[in-house]
Amino acid sequence: MTEKHIDEATGVATTGHEWDGIRELNNPLPRWWVWTFYATIVWALAYTVAYPAWPMLTSATTGLLGYSSRADVKAELAAAEAGKAQYVAAVSTKSVDEIIKDDALRQFAIAAGAAAFKVNCVQCHGSGAQGSVGYPNLNDDDWLWGGTADQIYQTVLHGVRFADDADTRVSEMPAFGEIIDATQVAQVSAYVATLSGAAAADPAMVEPGKTVFADNCAACHGDDGKGNRDLGAPNLTDAIWLRGEGEAAIAAQVKAPKHGVMPAWGGRLGDTNVKELAVYVHSLGGGE
Amino acid sequence: MLNEADVERLDAEAVNSAKVRQPLYAARKKIFPKRASGNFRRFKWLVMAITLGIYYLTPWLRWDRGPYAPDQAVLVDLANRRFYFFPIEIWPQEFYFVAGLLVMAGIGLFLITSTVGRAWCGYTCPQTVWVDLFLVVERAVEGDRNARMKLDAGPWTVGKIVKRVVKHAIWLAIAVATGGAWIFYFADAPSLLQSFVVGNAAPVAYITVAVLTATTYTFGGLMREQVCIYMCPWPRIQAAMLDEHSLTVTYNDWRGEPRSRHAKKAAAAGQAVGDCVDCNACVAVCPMGIDIRDGQQLECITCALCIDACDAVMDKVGRERGLISYATLNDYNANMALATGGNGRIDPVKVRDANGKLADGLAHFHIRKIFRPRTFVYMGAWSLAGLALLYALLTRDRLEVNVLHDRNPQFVTLSDGSVRNGYTVKLLNMIPEPRTIIVTMQGLRGGEMTVTGIDQPADRSVAIQVEPDRLKTIKVFVRQPAEFIDGEAQTFKFVVEDKASFERDEYVATFNAPGKSK
Repeated sequence: MTEKHIDEATGVATTGHEWDGIRELNNPLPRWWVWTFYATIVWALAYTVAYPAWPMLTSATTGLLGYSSRADVKAELAAAEAGKAQYVAAVSTKSVDEIIKDDALRQFAIAAGAAAFKVNCVQCHGSGAQGSVGYPNLNDDDWLWGGTADQIYQTVLHGVRFADDADTRVSEMPAFGEIIDATQVAQVSAYVATLSGAAAADPAMVEPGKTVFADNCAACHGDDGKGNRDLGAPNLTDAIWLRGEGEAAIAAQVKAPKHGVMPAWGGRLGDTNVKELAVYVHSLGGGE
Repeated sequence: MLNEADVERLDAEAVNSAKVRQPLYAARKKIFPKRASGNFRRFKWLVMAITLGIYYLTPWLRWDRGPYAPDQAVLVDLANRRFYFFPIEIWPQEFYFVAGLLVMAGIGLFLITSTVGRAWCGYTCPQTVWVDLFLVVERAVEGDRNARMKLDAGPWTVGKIVKRVVKHAIWLAIAVATGGAWIFYFADAPSLLQSFVVGNAAPVAYITVAVLTATTYTFGGLMREQVCIYMCPWPRIQAAMLDEHSLTVTYNDWRGEPRSRHAKKAAAAGQAVGDCVDCNACVAVCPMGIDIRDGQQLECITCALCIDACDAVMDKVGRERGLISYATLNDYNANMALATGGNGRIDPVKVRDANGKLADGLAHFHIRKIFRPRTFVYMGAWSLAGLALLYALLTRDRLEVNVLHDRNPQFVTLSDGSVRNGYTVKLLNMIPEPRTIIVTMQGLRGGEMTVTGIDQPADRSVAIQVEPDRLKTIKVFVRQPAEFIDGEAQTFKFVVEDKASFERDEYVATFNAPGKSK
């Protein structure tokens, strides 16, 4: 090193380098800053040794501590599974009615069922289970196949008109357009509309319609039109219309009925999940 | 053409000229504060005992709240989100009480600072208190100022190493106790102490103690005055709040100057001699290492130890106390004007009467001077905030209801044509006792409700058991027959009541029904 050179103007030592008479002042960084900087370097090196860091050909160094974020996630998932294991076990062995009677188990089943519902059911029944034309509203108290928890469980388990399940719920209304003539269709539609308190467009149609109903419809829908859950025949006297309200909608359904299909969920989701779904749907307010 | 000498020379200098430039980084110079004794020192011991006592002992105070709530008088229960302060229990949504206390603390600081200057800094700031405590240890182990300076400058002998190790060990013990006391505010103190000692406490407890130990040791033992000078924002803010009526620790140079080590000789020679004997006692006791005789400065925390030191010297040399004293800028200026007589030079004789006593005309601080418009405004604001908080505390609800109206679906038409709405009703029982809360519907003609999980026919009123100090969420279905439905949106009230204490709360809810046009 050359002799220490002090800059005249500032009184600060220079680094000793000179470029065409220009010298660089030597203003060292504060010590605490320098030591903090060194500490970060040491820390960084130690970190790369302790934790996965250096990329190799096919993988990276694993680090001395053996840390892995993947293992962390796995452990957390396992812990979550273990946390709910007792509930899952209880749900799988108990009946839906027993589940509903157990306060803690019911809350667990409702939460799990709500999650399963959002994935599997909302496509048809809507995010609020409110349904739409042709897709039943699960909040109300009108049930085609019964509204007790066990009946709902059976419906979800085996589906409706689902060909691949032997125990599926089946009902089929004949296309009466081919059996009775157009006048009779209009008459019976007028009669059915009055069952739930509506006024018929042509009151003269109601009486003959009643006869048509008794001859063709009462077998399934009952003499009073209140339906039959064993056959999946809807109640025609209530305020809920799956395929639309009014004579025109009724006539369309009489002539060429539409039939909805629901898959059997037992095979896809498993018994436990179906029980949870049934408990959830039962809790929506219409459960019997 | 002008002669060079006739060109006017402007009185200007670059603000960063080499002559005045100071480095931004100044290495710390060690300070060895001498032990002071006197009224202010005694007062500081008292304040230290009280503040440390409050800090260390508060978590151990018990307060019986019955079987359903913790019995710790002051407890921040983060896990359950409750804050207990003697008879007061605060839920998270009542945090405005804490905000209100902080507002009061802020205004209180304005009030204190505008009257007695940086009293917070000098007496009660934790940094000041703990540095004071650490200095007690340092003096006990290494001796007073001179002994410590000698030890510091001396070679590393066995004795020096032993003293240093002992000092730092005690400092660390205090630091651990400081960090240790902190965690007791957040859990049941006796059981936490037990689990902490045997190693069962939560990791956050150990981390908190470690961090607070490190900061206490570093700030109180190693950095001391550096914290006040470089790290703390308060000196800047508090200095801005002082005015000419605020008390500050002041060197009264109107009676002290010209200072002289040889007062009698100088007096004999006919020179003016002030009271200051230039003994540097004020500098030696200063924990900030400054000279108060340089005037009011940012570094001065107004701990008043220099007043004690100077008073002791004044007693010895037979002069009046108060050469360094608490004084307002106004009083100081008045006395200074008296001493200089307007000619810019201090003549100590002018402030003394014929007998050599301090003249009667000198301005002194009087308690009345505290009361002025500014302090009245602060006191008013502080009291208003306090009264508002007190009112809020005395009238606050311990029973509340929150209602969430189901929005998907908004309503459900049932088979008999009636309409049902769903509500999530949250009942807040904010006292540590179980209660039976009666939930009643008001309005909505013909409407009735059922509660999920409660086996009871539809009714307009239902009794709910709510656990002590808990929120109970219930699902309520309200059903209104078709003939009573009156429009797409009707309003009605959920009223919740505790029949035992007559507390009640209500919520105005909406009941939705299908529109008329279809």
